[in-house]
Amino acid sequence: MARNVSVQTKIGFTIAAWAIALLLFSPILWVVLTAFKTEAEAIANTPTFLPQNFTLENFGAVQDRSDYFKHAFNSIVVSVGSTLLGLLIGIPAAWAMAFAPTKRTKDVLMWMLSTKMMPAVGVLIPIYLIFRDLRLLDTLQGLTIIMTLINLPIIIWMLYTYFKEIPIDILEAARMDGAELYNEIVHVLIPMALPGIASTLLLNVILAWNEAFWTITLTSGRAGTLTAFISSFSSPQGLFLAKLSAASLLAIAPILLMGWFSQKQLVRGLTFGAVK
Amino acid sequence: MGSISLRNVKKSFGDVQIIPDISLDIKEGEFVVFVGPSGCGKSTLLRLIAGLEDTSSGTILLDGEDMTKAPPARRGLAMVFQSYALYPHMTVRDNIAFPLKMAKASKEEIDRKVEYAARTLNLSSYLDRRPRALSGGQRQRVAIGRAIVREPKAFLFDEPLSNLDAALRVNMRLEITELHQQLKTTMIYVTHDQVEAMTMADRIVVLNAGNVEQFGSPLDLYKKPANRFVAGFIGSPKMNFVDGPEAAKHNAHSIGVRPEHFLLSRENIPGTWKGTVGVAEQLGSDTFLHVHVDGLGLMTIRTDGDQTFSHGDDVYLTPDATRIYRFDAAGLAI
Repeated sequence: MARNVSVQTKIGFTIAAWAIALLLFSPILWVVLTAFKTEAEAIANTPTFLPQNFTLENFGAVQDRSDYFKHAFNSIVVSVGSTLLGLLIGIPAAWAMAFAPTKRTKDVLMWMLSTKMMPAVGVLIPIYLIFRDLRLLDTLQGLTIIMTLINLPIIIWMLYTYFKEIPIDILEAARMDGAELYNEIVHVLIPMALPGIASTLLLNVILAWNEAFWTITLTSGRAGTLTAFISSFSSPQGLFLAKLSAASLLAIAPILLMGWFSQKQLVRGLTFGAVK
Repeated sequence: MGSISLRNVKKSFGDVQIIPDISLDIKEGEFVVFVGPSGCGKSTLLRLIAGLEDTSSGTILLDGEDMTKAPPARRGLAMVFQSYALYPHMTVRDNIAFPLKMAKASKEEIDRKVEYAARTLNLSSYLDRRPRALSGGQRQRVAIGRAIVREPKAFLFDEPLSNLDAALRVNMRLEITELHQQLKTTMIYVTHDQVEAMTMADRIVVLNAGNVEQFGSPLDLYKKPANRFVAGFIGSPKMNFVDGPEAAKHNAHSIGVRPEHFLLSRENIPGTWKGTVGVAEQLGSDTFLHVHVDGLGLMTIRTDGDQTFSHGDDVYLTPDATRIYRFDAAGLAI
């Protein structure tokens, strides 16, 4: 598309875009820089931009105090586990809503979404009591289940949107070709919806990785993930900014890297179907 | 193998009745075409036979066996869709092999049958391509290949040629007819194009508003239409209808004359219909004249390609007395 844009306008927009991007990135940048400062420098009255005394001691201290690798392992188990479990439930559910809808399908979709409208704290007490009675408090199983449940509406909605783009003719052709439901889903639907399924997977891993409310309330020592790990550095020892930054950096690094390497897939998945 | 019977089949979507009540017997090896205007229920009827829709009531028998409740995968039928419905993520080879894989055929059997189908349909050099790298005609051939390898009891075609251009459509029409002669398998073919119906079918089912108007051979339908609807639907250009006193002369509520059953002249012969040529459509072999006949309205006349009538000419029409179709007030043939 040819557009008549002057050089000045172009420069103006470019500067504005960079400025906004840097503004959004600045807290992360601050965390990164602070993680390499000493505690004294981190809370100095005249803040420094770059670390004056570059140090790695915060990372060592953080690992010594609350075992980063155990928390990272828990994060991986919960985020990947809950996403896979969510897909296992979500794919058949989205299939039914996209390809065998009833009069109530739209209502069910809205109802699922409505569960995301309530603040999580509204169901804190019943969930806590259920978890206590089922002995799921501070377990990876319990955390995986709650993470699956809170993300399931999003998983189903995303999959439903992708599945709607697939012509039903092709699924009907599979049925005519002798495919029972299982084969129709595994050999035809899933390969065709793979970009959508992949971005659903990525997005949900990220959401589960960053989830803090339930992780902090339902776990203590054993099943805590990296969000619990960060929070353990924040409240009681509020002044240890450098260590808090080091912990945060360690917690977000894996997911940041994953997002970086899969950004193409993420963007493609999130805009899937926008243009035929 | 391959007889299909429908017994009092009914289908409604909610309150909307699509098929009020249909009973049909399709013989083994027959090429039957379902034809009718859009919305007449012909595709729904095909989908009921395929099992892609559930009947509201009635029975569907395949080879005498009740298959009314069987899922499509168990009916042993193959279907070719208007949209081709190829699996975009599979190569041509895998597309054709898919039904065999679903039937758990051995690797050797799959290879042999895929090679055979590819040779029959001139697809051998495209086997490793994806569907998106094929032309419309090639895609349709792959869809047919996928249907052939199953060795189905019957083939179901749902307007398979609608997405092709005119020249290719004629070619594929011939190919499908040849395929039927070669395989001798029952075929049901849905189309809204009465030319496809006339040229391909052993027997035609003319559908209108979910009802069978007539079921017979193409020439039966042309020569002995059961009612005014069939008379108007079969034949191209359409039959001309005349009501009122002109029809009463033949003891009928209305009469019909096909465009090819007129005698044309420039001289006034007593008893003829006088008209003025509106549009003359010249096809080379034929010319279609659209004539405004005094008191009777617009009529279409088929004449040879060498005639010299043009816009505004006066013309006198004599319908062939032996080929006038007569209909009663309810539209039934007399």
